[in-house]
Amino acid sequence: MKVLYFAWMRERVGHGSEEIETAAATVSDLVGELTAREERYAAAFADLSAVRVAVDQQQADLSTPLAGAREVAFFPPVTGG
Amino acid sequence: MSVSVQQEDFDIAAEMARLTAGDADIGAVVSFTGLVRGTGGLTAMELEHYPGMTEKALEEIEAEARARWPLSAVRIIHRHGRLATGDNIVLVLTASRHRQAAFEAAEFVMDFLKTKAPFWKKEEGPEGANWVDARDSDDAATERWG
Repeated sequence: MKVLYFAWMRERVGHGSEEIETAAATVSDLVGELTAREERYAAAFADLSAVRVAVDQQQADLSTPLAGAREVAFFPPVTGG
Repeated sequence: MSVSVQQEDFDIAAEMARLTAGDADIGAVVSFTGLVRGTGGLTAMELEHYPGMTEKALEEIEAEARARWPLSAVRIIHRHGRLATGDNIVLVLTASRHRQAAFEAAEFVMDFLKTKAPFWKKEEGPEGANWVDARDSDDAATERWG
């Protein structure tokens, strides 16, 4: 599965994209796996209220199932316009 | 193509001419342009986005606007990359037979773009570079459309 990070999530994790092997059933499970990896991931996900997620480029949330998902992106609330 | 995400600047008059060409039923075009504000000594900003999802999100916003108002044409251009104070950031054009639909749809598109399209601004000012925080007032502006 491809995992993407944007804005300060990308800066904290240290890269914008990675391929991972995971059996996570939901976004929440995936966040748990990532935060357990290294301190920089824990720092990126420290405040989940400031983290938004998209699964296969559609807005999602922590409870969204990941069965069949190819791409998960994590980012702060958007600030375009 | 009604939605573009690009580094280059845009020409508002040319975009408007292209939008209305060949449709004599258009009686109103509303144009909104967002600019990089220099408040607080801001000198530049870096606009990051999520290629692929950004275009989809803008297309969905356009489709939603077309479902709510009788629009003849819509054009949305959002820039990314490094922009200086005073530069154009975003252009929304809505065309309709009458002005009310065009006015309302332009406001709707901007309100949804602010809260749904995956863009992030990093501002550069006298105290360094900082990611812009999302504003509760933008969420409220989106929610009022129901």
